[in-house]
Amino acid sequence: MTGSSNRIGAFFEEAGELVLFTGRFFAEVFKPPFEFKELLRQCYQMGNRSFLLVGVTGFILGLVFTLQSRPTLMQFGAESWMPSMVSISIVREIGPVIIALICAGKIGSGIGAELGSMRVTEQIDAMEVSGTNPFKYLVVTRIVATTLMIPLLVILGDSIALLGSAIIENLKGEVSFLLYFNQVFDALKFSDLIPATIKTFFFGFAIGLVGCYKGYNCSKGTVGVGEASNEAVVYTSMLLFVIDFIAVFVADIYYG
Amino acid sequence: MRTSKNISPILEIRDLKKSFGDKDVLNGFNLKLFEGENLVVMGKSGSGKSVMVKCLVGLIQADSGIIRIKEQDIEVLGRAELDLLRTHIGFLFQGSALYDSMTVRENLEFPLRRHKKQLKMEEDTESLVLEALKNVGLEHTLDSMPSELSGGMQRRVALARALILKPEIILYDEPTTGLDPITSKEIIQLMRNIQETYNTSSLIITHDVDCARVISNRMILLVDGINYAEGSFEELAKSQDPKVQAFFKT
Repeated sequence: MTGSSNRIGAFFEEAGELVLFTGRFFAEVFKPPFEFKELLRQCYQMGNRSFLLVGVTGFILGLVFTLQSRPTLMQFGAESWMPSMVSISIVREIGPVIIALICAGKIGSGIGAELGSMRVTEQIDAMEVSGTNPFKYLVVTRIVATTLMIPLLVILGDSIALLGSAIIENLKGEVSFLLYFNQVFDALKFSDLIPATIKTFFFGFAIGLVGCYKGYNCSKGTVGVGEASNEAVVYTSMLLFVIDFIAVFVADIYYG
Repeated sequence: MRTSKNISPILEIRDLKKSFGDKDVLNGFNLKLFEGENLVVMGKSGSGKSVMVKCLVGLIQADSGIIRIKEQDIEVLGRAELDLLRTHIGFLFQGSALYDSMTVRENLEFPLRRHKKQLKMEEDTESLVLEALKNVGLEHTLDSMPSELSGGMQRRVALARALILKPEIILYDEPTTGLDPITSKEIIQLMRNIQETYNTSSLIITHDVDCARVISNRMILLVDGINYAEGSFEELAKSQDPKVQAFFKT
């Protein structure tokens, strides 16, 4: 009982600290000086280094999803619905969530480990005593970069997933690429695209925020760096599903 | 060098207290550093030396006490004012703390890019970087990554970075810890050269008696969070107090 109440207490304490960290982010993000050069470097690093992973994941996602759905749709004689079903599923839900989870593993853990290692080797302190605000230079730039780059990576992943699906349809169902993508664009509406894109900004924010929070507050030496990296992924993954639920719920009220 | 008590110190700590949970680390520590002086603070591991020096630059918030640097009370300074004051202080960290994702050049350029204009430094960045590296004898490492350098070389690059803004005060946190005796001597010699060249005021935190003997003008022994003894190296070395003797016998 005491163990459980301690864990609950620790959870709320951590949640409170994360809220304060978020507050500090918003207090610093609009205050000059702005670290544009570092922001661009982070955007490039995150986009460039995740490009291949997101592309391959998206492509396989499209292939597998189409292959798995095909027999069921054939049973009902509904193969012609394949482009609509795949595009709506991928754009609205599967694409954003899977790509964000992949990015939480790659980018979030990377941020946690990098900042954690900088914390334990006193590099963050060195930055502070040199008269540079490390929160602004390291944290604000990374959170803004993930908030901007995750939506782009999701759009890229969705597009490649649809390409993968089109290839399977072309090979198995003899559907031309032109016909496939015509059906995709017919099926997709703004009410599918807009909420799905808006939620990816929140996904990106969550990935950057939790990674930075865990890394920036890292302690306990090299063990702490491992923990920061690991917890960044676990906490972000949970948070992504919570955000997804809220986003779907709100979109349902608005568009439903 | 001026060490007279009637000249106002460039750095002063009065009645500094800091505790972590139940553990009192500093119990009213006092210190005055005068212009051009090399002041050594010696203490056992865990005696609060590093905590004291981190309180000095605002990395750790003290529980109570007054810290005045260049006649400014750091407790009342805003973020921008504190950052400006920090540009007048060089800090050599125990583990060097070089930015490991940057080259040696970028490590040295980092503070310059931010504060060169503010400090009205007219020389170009390249020549300032080269001058700082020349001071520590490592011009050839300009484009190396910190991980490619030995521990001693990293410490020297960190020293060059601490000097790059030509600070008036340099804080050394265990400058020779983890280095072999020969490299330690090289670092101590560098510290002396820097003091002679730039007339900086230095606060050196160490438990290395050789370092203290070579570099100190004055020493403070930190025991149980207070100034236990104070004087020149020779005066303290002759002391009959067993707690003082314990430092010099090792």
